[in-house]
Amino acid sequence: MSKHTLDARNLLCPMPVIKTQNKVAELSAGDILEVTCTDPGALNDISSWCRINGHAVMASHESKEEVQIILRVGD
Amino acid sequence: MTTPRKAVALISGGLDSLLAARLMLDQGIHVEGINFYTGFCVEGHTHAIRSKDKSKPKRNNALWSAEQLGIKLHIIDIIEEYKQVVINPRHGYGANMNPCLDCKIFMLSKAREWMQKHDFDFIITGEVMGQRPMSQRKDLLPVVIAESGTDDRLLRPLCAKNLTPTLPEREGWVDRDKLMKFHGRNRKPQIALAKEFGFDDFASPAGGCCFLTDKSYSRKLADLWRAQNSKSYELDDIMLLKVGRHIRPKPNYKLIISREEGENRFLRGYRKSFSTIEPESHAGPLTLIDGDIADADIEYAARIVARFSQGRAAEFVTLKVNHGGIEKRYTVPPLPADDIPREWYV
Ligand code: SF4
Repeated sequence: MSKHTLDARNLLCPMPVIKTQNKVAELSAGDILEVTCTDPGALNDISSWCRINGHAVMASHESKEEVQIILRVGD
Repeated sequence: MTTPRKAVALISGGLDSLLAARLMLDQGIHVEGINFYTGFCVEGHTHAIRSKDKSKPKRNNALWSAEQLGIKLHIIDIIEEYKQVVINPRHGYGANMNPCLDCKIFMLSKAREWMQKHDFDFIITGEVMGQRPMSQRKDLLPVVIAESGTDDRLLRPLCAKNLTPTLPEREGWVDRDKLMKFHGRNRKPQIALAKEFGFDDFASPAGGCCFLTDKSYSRKLADLWRAQNSKSYELDDIMLLKVGRHIRPKPNYKLIISREEGENRFLRGYRKSFSTIEPESHAGPLTLIDGDIADADIEYAARIVARFSQGRAAEFVTLKVNHGGIEKRYTVPPLPADDIPREWYV
């Protein structure tokens, strides 16, 4: 299991989802990915993308300027 | 038990593609969705940018559709390849800058490539013949099929019974009797079917699926091409066309003036790559200068921006201008409203 980060700041949806999707494709089951975005909609969209594709959202944080989503890659 | 046949569904986020995919799932077909991101998609962007829309629940409708259906969705970035479709459509544009026929052909050929690569059997779309003027005309169907190379592996479950049987129907992979016979612009049959399936809260397909069908957006894109003297764009260009007031006082530059806090925040992300003007003595909009402004024109541009600040009625407004990495302050009288001619608004 390894930890990774993805900077998806200043991108509008669905770009953060696409970047997450492409990054996850390079990772292995159990890996952790922390995605940082500025589009607040990314929180919904990445969570939805995770549910559809069998990945787990472990935590998310929302501040005034940024959203962070931590996910664990599924099988 | 035989392995189910596999269909790749073009999921736009609208009701029709949702219904088409659901009809296939009901026939035991394994369905996965693909959604193409061109950069012009209406999906989410304006909601993401403008604060006033925040009260509405924001969601990506293609992802929402996939969740309703319980299928995988692959969102594919086609920004680069799509440029040739917008810039040079072989079949021309629709009412605005929408190259719908070329777009359809392009997306179907990408879907065909995906199908072949992933060993799927056929493609489905939510199209209904006669629903949209350009891309859903029955007489253009052979053109779409031939140019996309989809042959008879393209099934349109919502109107299949009006069309010649395709391979999945002939081979008995799907039961043609259970497909639909919808036609034209009447949306009632779709709404009724949605009700039958228990889908509510679906996205209503107002105004097409992308910004290129929008008159004011198309005008801004045409202006961009005119100003740069070439039909080309980068993703940032087409994003910025969705944001702010665009005012072009001279051919060599235009001002992108934010209209509210959400746009201000979005434009702040571009401060490093553009010259900017921002009122200091009064609250007011962050403004990007797009193009090659002459030093002599900066003061005038600052007066325009002052006009859109809270100091519009004041004698003077002080603004901070960052041009070519150098920060300078200008204290100027705001331009009277009448001095900004209508034709400067792009
Ligand atoms: S409206 Fe836009 S996305 Fe839809 S077919 Fe036309 S050009 Fe393509």
